[in-house]
Amino acid sequence: MINIFEVNETNKMITQENLDVRTITLGISLLDCIDSDLDMLNKKIYRKITDAARELVPTGRAIEREYGIPIVNKRISVTPISLVGGSACRCPEDFVTIARTLDRAAHEVGVNFLGGYSALVSKGMTQADDFLIRSIPQALAETERVCSSVNVGSTKTGIDMDAVRLLGDIILRTAELTKEQDSLGCAKLVVFCNAPDDNPFMAGAFHGVTEGDAVINVGVSGPGVVKHALAEVRGADFETLCETIKKTAFKVTRVGQLVAQEASRRLGVPFGIIDLSLAPTPAVGDSVADILCEIGLEYAGAPGTTAALALLNDQVKKGGVMASSYVGGLSGAFIPVSEDQGMIDAVKAGALSLEKLEAMTCVCSVGLDMIAIPGDTKATTISGIIADEMAIGMVNQKTTAVRIIPVIGKGVGETVEFGGLLGYAPIMPVNQFSCDAFVNRRGRIPAPIHSFKN
Amino acid sequence: MKRTIITVVGRDTVGIIAKVCTYLADNNVNILDISQTIVQGFFNMMMVADASRSPKSGVQIAEELEAVGKEIGVVIRCQHEDIFNMMHRI
Repeated sequence: MINIFEVNETNKMITQENLDVRTITLGISLLDCIDSDLDMLNKKIYRKITDAARELVPTGRAIEREYGIPIVNKRISVTPISLVGGSACRCPEDFVTIARTLDRAAHEVGVNFLGGYSALVSKGMTQADDFLIRSIPQALAETERVCSSVNVGSTKTGIDMDAVRLLGDIILRTAELTKEQDSLGCAKLVVFCNAPDDNPFMAGAFHGVTEGDAVINVGVSGPGVVKHALAEVRGADFETLCETIKKTAFKVTRVGQLVAQEASRRLGVPFGIIDLSLAPTPAVGDSVADILCEIGLEYAGAPGTTAALALLNDQVKKGGVMASSYVGGLSGAFIPVSEDQGMIDAVKAGALSLEKLEAMTCVCSVGLDMIAIPGDTKATTISGIIADEMAIGMVNQKTTAVRIIPVIGKGVGETVEFGGLLGYAPIMPVNQFSCDAFVNRRGRIPAPIHSFKN
Repeated sequence: MKRTIITVVGRDTVGIIAKVCTYLADNNVNILDISQTIVQGFFNMMMVADASRSPKSGVQIAEELEAVGKEIGVVIRCQHEDIFNMMHRI
């Protein structure tokens, strides 16, 4: 039988070390809502989401209460809207009506984010994809809870540079349309390479076309728990360090597995995957950067950071894989800047640059995340940053992403406040040299060769 | 059988166990096991209980026990045992 020490250990993780389940995300297929009449399409989408997700939030709350484990977010992901709206939408504004419908549905069922205002264009864009992407600035400015993502590349197809170029503009326009809120719209827009179909985390979640009608995906968390465990073995060798991370990741993931199974059973929806990510929040003691410091760095960004992060990411996966029956999504350590107090401190101290963050994304999920840059950054420069990050994902057969916020009216050294889980961030400098001629080329970068690995 | 783990943590004082046990008896919750220690002056108790015959729901018991805890200045948590089994048993 369970003993008092084990009970105390679990409860200490929950009450003092910020252990929580970060999100239960209900994936809903909207493929059966497709209609050539826009009004009918909107009605069907609203009905499908509100019917399927009616019990999501109350069920999440009941599980929280019964097991005494916080479930921070209850969310929804839907089929990429460019596919759903293709036959009904004749212009970008038509797509915006769907965004409003999604926002209404999200409010109705009480979820804080709904992802899937998305397009998958890793090889090329259809007319519908093009309309959807062009509608993103208005859609994100006019809605509160809708999240958008665009997959512009993959290891199998290469990188669609036409989409990359377009998204440089789209990100700037989204920033412009939401400048009253410090360009918050860009925090709800992710550009992906190798986007997974079953990611439960926002802003990049969507319900892939390979999925069933509905599915429950769960994202676990627990950077604070890993940090505390490592503090107990300070100064120990790498074997002890790695074993400690692995064991802790196992325990954290088991809680996610329990919550996923329970949510799946109670909602009558199949269990999809657990996403084994260490997801930080701006709360003190819930930071991935703090784990890197505990491993032995003065600040995240110091020499050794990429190695420490690679080690951390690998051990989290090794521990988590055995704890769960199905693993998927992004699964790794997240390194957002604004959502992680330790990362914010590192930027303020001058230890962490955009270039070092890019290096770090080579060894962990997911990419350049929640990074505030000056509002006067050129669209081509943003496209160049996206292209670099996509290339890392394409060549290394991993998911990479860019969620970058050009803050209109603010420059380097100023701070931007997003509030809540999105946190705050010092604005980081961007390399000022031009990549215009590169970005302005037409077409796509071919898929990389899968042999001769060097 | 659905078992509940009740933990009580707080400053040690007279009658904590009595108070908690009275509540459980009144609500037909059977106590299967109790362990208790004092850590650095803090009262620390764990009970394994069977609430399957109680007329009240698990959530209701948890909320009422929390209120009992507030009255006597301790924190009482009431959780389904599976969260501990999942984490500590393979």
